[in-house]
Amino acid sequence: MYAFEYHRPTSVKEAAGLIGQVEDPKFLAGGHTLLPTMKLRLAGPANLIDLGQIAELRGIERSGDTLAIGAMTKHAEVANAAEVKEAIPALAELAELIGDPHVRNRGTIGGSVANNDPSADYPAACLALNATIVTNRRKIAADDFFQGIFTTALEDGEIITQIVFPIPTQAAYAKFRNPASRYALVGVFVAKHADGVRVAVTGAGSNGVFRASEIEQALSGNFAAEALDGVTVSEAEMNSDIHADAAYRAHLVSVMAGRAVQTAVARG
Amino acid sequence: MTATGIGAPVRRKEDQRFVTGQGRYVDDFNRPGQTYAYFLRSPHAHATIRSIDTGPAKIMPGVVAIFTGDDLAADKIGGLICGWMIHSKDGSPMKAGPHPALAQGKVRYVGDHVAVVIAETLAQAKDAAEAIVVDYDVLPAVVDTAQATKASVQVHDVSPDNTVFNWHLGNKDETEAAFARAKHVTKIDLVNNRLVPNAIEPRAAVGEYDFGTDNYTLYTTSQNPHVARLVLSAFIGVAPEHKLRVIAPDVGGGFGSKIFIYAEETVCVWAAKKVKRPVKWTSDRSEAFLSDAHGRDHVTHAEMATDENGKIIGLRVHTTANLGAYLSTFSSSVPTYLYAPLLSGQYDIPAIYCEVDAVYTNTAPVDAYRGAGRPEATFVVERLVEKTARELGQDPAEFRRRNYITQFPHATPVIMTYDTGDYAASLDKALEIADYKNFQQRKQESARRGKLRGIGFSSYIEACGIAPSQAVGSLGAGVGLWESAEVRVNPTGSVEVLTGSHSHGQGHETTFAQLVSDRLGISIDQVSIVHGDTDKVQFGMGTYGSRSGAVGMSAIAKAIDKVIAKGKKVAAHVLEASEGDIEFKDGRFGVAGTDRSLAFGEVALQAYIAHKFSGQDLEPGLKEGAFYDPTNFTFPAGVHICEVEIDPDTGVTSIQRWTAVDDFGVIINPMIVEGQVHGGIAQGVGQALLEGAFYDQSGQLITASFNDYCMPRAIDLPSFQVGMTVTPCPSNPLGIKGCGEAGAIAAPPAVINAITDALGHEDIAMPATPQAVWRAAQKARMPMAAE
Repeated sequence: MYAFEYHRPTSVKEAAGLIGQVEDPKFLAGGHTLLPTMKLRLAGPANLIDLGQIAELRGIERSGDTLAIGAMTKHAEVANAAEVKEAIPALAELAELIGDPHVRNRGTIGGSVANNDPSADYPAACLALNATIVTNRRKIAADDFFQGIFTTALEDGEIITQIVFPIPTQAAYAKFRNPASRYALVGVFVAKHADGVRVAVTGAGSNGVFRASEIEQALSGNFAAEALDGVTVSEAEMNSDIHADAAYRAHLVSVMAGRAVQTAVARG
Repeated sequence: MTATGIGAPVRRKEDQRFVTGQGRYVDDFNRPGQTYAYFLRSPHAHATIRSIDTGPAKIMPGVVAIFTGDDLAADKIGGLICGWMIHSKDGSPMKAGPHPALAQGKVRYVGDHVAVVIAETLAQAKDAAEAIVVDYDVLPAVVDTAQATKASVQVHDVSPDNTVFNWHLGNKDETEAAFARAKHVTKIDLVNNRLVPNAIEPRAAVGEYDFGTDNYTLYTTSQNPHVARLVLSAFIGVAPEHKLRVIAPDVGGGFGSKIFIYAEETVCVWAAKKVKRPVKWTSDRSEAFLSDAHGRDHVTHAEMATDENGKIIGLRVHTTANLGAYLSTFSSSVPTYLYAPLLSGQYDIPAIYCEVDAVYTNTAPVDAYRGAGRPEATFVVERLVEKTARELGQDPAEFRRRNYITQFPHATPVIMTYDTGDYAASLDKALEIADYKNFQQRKQESARRGKLRGIGFSSYIEACGIAPSQAVGSLGAGVGLWESAEVRVNPTGSVEVLTGSHSHGQGHETTFAQLVSDRLGISIDQVSIVHGDTDKVQFGMGTYGSRSGAVGMSAIAKAIDKVIAKGKKVAAHVLEASEGDIEFKDGRFGVAGTDRSLAFGEVALQAYIAHKFSGQDLEPGLKEGAFYDPTNFTFPAGVHICEVEIDPDTGVTSIQRWTAVDDFGVIINPMIVEGQVHGGIAQGVGQALLEGAFYDQSGQLITASFNDYCMPRAIDLPSFQVGMTVTPCPSNPLGIKGCGEAGAIAAPPAVINAITDALGHEDIAMPATPQAVWRAAQKARMPMAAE
């Protein structure tokens, strides 16, 4: 790890102010990507701005048809929160599938979404649930937010403050883990909303999280696993590595979508 | 026998300190004035070094010194050695390329050692390493085992076609004749996948030099500290043997990877004198992936001949073994004498012929890894036996039974003489525990749920307790493979055992104490086991090849016998009886036919105070040593049965049942033995389903972290059903065969036989990842779709 200055602001305003004042800054949330990268000397920000002490960035709140989760809320908090289990059980289940207990007690939803790792779980939830990413500057629709692997609509110095999820009628997440890393090799989030079905896929796409239109169409008429019989997903845009080639990933997208629908329907 | 004697499942004495964080590992040793070493490693798999400019780095903050291969050469420090000479078929010695501890002119794999920076802190050492400018002329690399001899790339000048040796074993003519008259021949092509050892504690070393006494000390993560001292002194030449103390304290797992003498510890002990301060190096996990010696990496074609009665009459095997970029300490023995002699398996096969071509590639050195050669042999035999049974339409269990060796001793055509065993007994017990007779019912039940169920056998044998020194010497070993022990009885009757075996997870502090408890009739609390320090322990050959019980404990038993004999002499004086009338029983020395006796502790005290006998007639004291040289290898064997269920939609293989019935001979501590079986199976399942080290064509290790290299987790394993059969080993005084590697040897073919049974065809390679199994399942479905 290279030497760096460490800052610990206590408000979003203070954090946003720091970013303009110091050289080569980087925000630190849960740190699960950033810190290992720094330890391997692959990253060396001169100034690390730790968002962990900002109380206003934490918390879970239901209001009407939406669930708002503060950006620095930890995965374990989302997994265990009664409000989440009640409103969007699929989201609590997704959080429970992230990493291991250590990761879930450090990693944050905002960090995961801002990082937009192509194998991360939360981006699929945001996209399928049609979430709004709220920052200190604006509100961004999930459809506009994720722009390719490790790339988002966030501007320099922009801080995610919360993520607002509309509560779906039915939803579920099915994850096929990479055997080694336990990240999503393929993760499919299906959500039935009053105005239609949204299906988002993480882990599989060579351009990061994406909506599977073939599956959405098939499910929009009949939200049931049988509706996916024979529905295939093109392998053209799929990622390929030593664990899974594009054809296998494309196949798994259909399989995991079917399993997610089964879970969603069974939940009622 | 005592409550803590042989056969008692006593809890491990050492675990209190391990589970409470009180263990002391090499990295826990910090010496006054200590500096930190960081090795600059090659980012290229193959390159000529035009120049190394350490100038800018040397003036960076905290830098104490920077050394390169030239500095080692200037001090006449020799290269690392391979201690087992293999001769090719034509009689020529193996082609051993130079193996400098720091590169001289060329790097040959990613992770090869280019320079060492020694600094006040590790961070400063790393900073300076980044400032070293190395001008590389990058060369093409060869990484593929099967293609190595055909590549235009030459790893070492001594071997133009990258061949280390072309070796063979067995009887070629008889084998050809057997195939000529065979009714059926089964052929198979196999890859034994390359593995990274991944002990939980990475390697580490602290070198120290005392200018007052001219003594060197090396703290190191070693499975065999005396061998490390011998190699570092006699061959590498960093210090005279009598001036070098090697300490291997608590060591967190080895699996073979800590047998070898590596560049890093060599450099640390040498550099400590150069910089006049202690030098510490601790590997990080990334370095471990790149530079610990890897395991396996065989490509094999094998054929099995059977006659009209379904009797195996011949086996021929051709293996190409990848030894990596350099010959590691025992690398040459692994695909030769630790491999081919096991190709007879548990079967009466009259003719066997095996050829092994060992090759250099631009990859990390490959050496012994849990099982070392024997898993590779078992994989060949058990995959081939299973496939033969299927081709002949025979039940795999009964085909095995028909071909088992039943008479002992049995001399195989590949130099081994099996001393004892009862293979059918293990099979019967395994079939019973596995509920084999109801397997079809379970298979149908799985099919109803859309799942494919399969069952796979592995009737393995291994050669442990290495080994008779004369025998291994005749096969090319540079050392003898005896073990030594010293039993020191204190005046208070407590006992210290100094052993040349080394415990790095095996539980010797418990099992060795159980032997003493059993023989001397004292509690294990009265016994301390001392190991891992060349200044304390007289000598030793270390722990590997499941030898610590069969060889290490036999040496202790021999020393205990001497202690008892001496005790009888002392007791005779004290009890005023003739020595011939003294019996030692239940911890007491007594006069036969009388009630006069002395407790063991009383005799110990009398031996030291020496008031009751003349010191001229009988030496005072009660301390005896012994060297034990085995009379044969030992032959643990057993039957493992794996039952899997495959989800054809995802390719996920789930192990539903695992039955392990092993014959380890006499068992000292059944709980520890069962733990060894569990751990071994976990590693074997890892090889079969999860683990694989892969290099790309440029020689970069793709699986260089746990993100891509998949270790087995608890969730990947079922609850094991472990059973034992016992035929005591006649080749050592304790009847022990050894248990440390059995699981890792037995498991891979059991898993793959189960998967191929489920899929209905043989085409699956290790690791059988979900993707590979899914693809194979697709292939299996195609004929059905065509029907």
